[in-house]
Amino acid sequence: MPAIDPAIITTLLSDRDSLSAMLDELPLGVAIMDSQGTLILVNKTYETLTGVDRSRVLGLKCLHSLRCDFCMTDCPLMTGWKKMGAVSVEANIVSRDRSKVLVRLTVAPLLSDGGELRGVVETITSRTTHSLNSVATGVFGLGDLVGRSPQIEKIFTMVPSIAQTDSSVLITGETGTGKDLLAEEIHNASARSDGPFVKVNCGALPDTLLESELFGHTKGAFTGADHNKPGRFRMAHGGTLFLTEIGDLPLPLQVKLLSFLDDKVVYPLGSTKGFHTDVRVIVATHRDLEAMVGFKQFRQDLLYRLNVIRLHLPPLRDRGEDIFLLQDHFLKMLQTRFGKKVEGFSDNAKALLQSYPYPGNVRELRNLIEYAVNFCDGKLIRTRHLPGYLLQPAPGPGAPQPESAPPDMQPPAPAAGPIAAQPQNWNDMQRAMILDALVKSGGRKQQAAAILGWGRSTLWRKMKQHGIS
Amino acid sequence: MEKILIPLLDNDVAPRFDLATDVLIVTIPRETSRRESLEEKVVVLDHASAESICRLAISENVHTVICAGIEAKYHDFLQWKGTKVVDDVCGPVDTVLDAYHDKRLVPGSCLY
Repeated sequence: MPAIDPAIITTLLSDRDSLSAMLDELPLGVAIMDSQGTLILVNKTYETLTGVDRSRVLGLKCLHSLRCDFCMTDCPLMTGWKKMGAVSVEANIVSRDRSKVLVRLTVAPLLSDGGELRGVVETITSRTTHSLNSVATGVFGLGDLVGRSPQIEKIFTMVPSIAQTDSSVLITGETGTGKDLLAEEIHNASARSDGPFVKVNCGALPDTLLESELFGHTKGAFTGADHNKPGRFRMAHGGTLFLTEIGDLPLPLQVKLLSFLDDKVVYPLGSTKGFHTDVRVIVATHRDLEAMVGFKQFRQDLLYRLNVIRLHLPPLRDRGEDIFLLQDHFLKMLQTRFGKKVEGFSDNAKALLQSYPYPGNVRELRNLIEYAVNFCDGKLIRTRHLPGYLLQPAPGPGAPQPESAPPDMQPPAPAAGPIAAQPQNWNDMQRAMILDALVKSGGRKQQAAAILGWGRSTLWRKMKQHGIS
Repeated sequence: MEKILIPLLDNDVAPRFDLATDVLIVTIPRETSRRESLEEKVVVLDHASAESICRLAISENVHTVICAGIEAKYHDFLQWKGTKVVDDVCGPVDTVLDAYHDKRLVPGSCLY
């Protein structure tokens, strides 16, 4: 092992630019203050977590920059540092984008040889949890993702090993299948979990803004650029950048992304100087990227570059019994959130929820249950508590296909299929339920009535009503 | 006349809206070249609470809230109630009020 020259280390630590560059590489927020608590240096992760621009906070008192609850009540500098030891606490800050972020805050004194306070080092790491969404409903989950169907279990088993690599991940799946959650779980399971998880929706911003948002810009790069902006790639340094709706990324930016994936260097708008960033890229889309490549809407080389690890989240209608598991999971989560004592679903409501094709997938199921929990006035969610559109005819072919832009170039959807035979209204639905129960019971009415949760006479009456003999 | 509410930490704008126990409510005349306070009072809350400050702002018919860090839900609530919010502001209260009077105060202003 080569000997370490202490002189080099001392030079690195005493030169402000070298120290700043070194701190920028750390995955935790670092601030260095003088003995009065005035900020001398902050690193890139600190900027990411708090949303501040370092050029505007240097020289400020720490509490005006960090906006931490601990600093306002128990700051060791303000209360007189008695034991002169490091203090580590769970705290919260309000970032510049007006969100409250849970953090682990450590404040340590920098002492002279004589034990005199010369400065303070502060570190912050994000402890963000979705407390309202996390309700332990069993072992069938990975973070906020829940499921036990074979397709989902396969993904759950793959995540830990995928998380350990730094390869790009492409997540595909229809809208509402949980692509964002899966990306976040991969980040949380990885060694980068202490670093930032930065999400950018490529479809949400106009092309001109997107470039500046992703890659940043320098002061004066365009009209209105009155300060340097780091861009999301640099903000995600040491962590993961999640680009959702990658299919909507304009072609010129696809080239720039490809270039970044090759050399990991970001060139902000208007700058010739590149910045090296250590970022893992995860992308997601509900579009069919192969088809888009065929239509020259997406670069083939970028697809190959992103398609290192590909995960496909199946639509909810293909996940079988997961519907019940998710129903119970969301019910439990939402009854806690709304403080309601809803115990479950009536048999009819269950049957209706099971038969619905869920074009909006898990997100739609969650919204349905949120609606039902809000409107439920008893202990059971009944069909009348569910949104009326569940009983309306399903629009079009029901099951959405992966989109490929532009829409007019898509192949025509099949005119008929298993989904086309879905019940069109409540009467059809009820008739289908009765027939289904009769088939399952082998024609035995007593057993069919039990399956439907009805009395035998109710079944008889309904069969007569629907003309089933 | 315009009523302005500023959460305080000593003589500065409090770094956190939800953690301030002292709140300055100041009434200033509009359309005059000189900044003068017609009425100035400091309300001391029994405990820090963003909800209490929001209630105070509404009950006192405050036109503008000037603060530093505020959560989106309180910011949006106040705006929904018709109260203008100038947030992400830091500095001594008098300097901040002068800047507001001179129409120099914008969200993100740091006046130290």
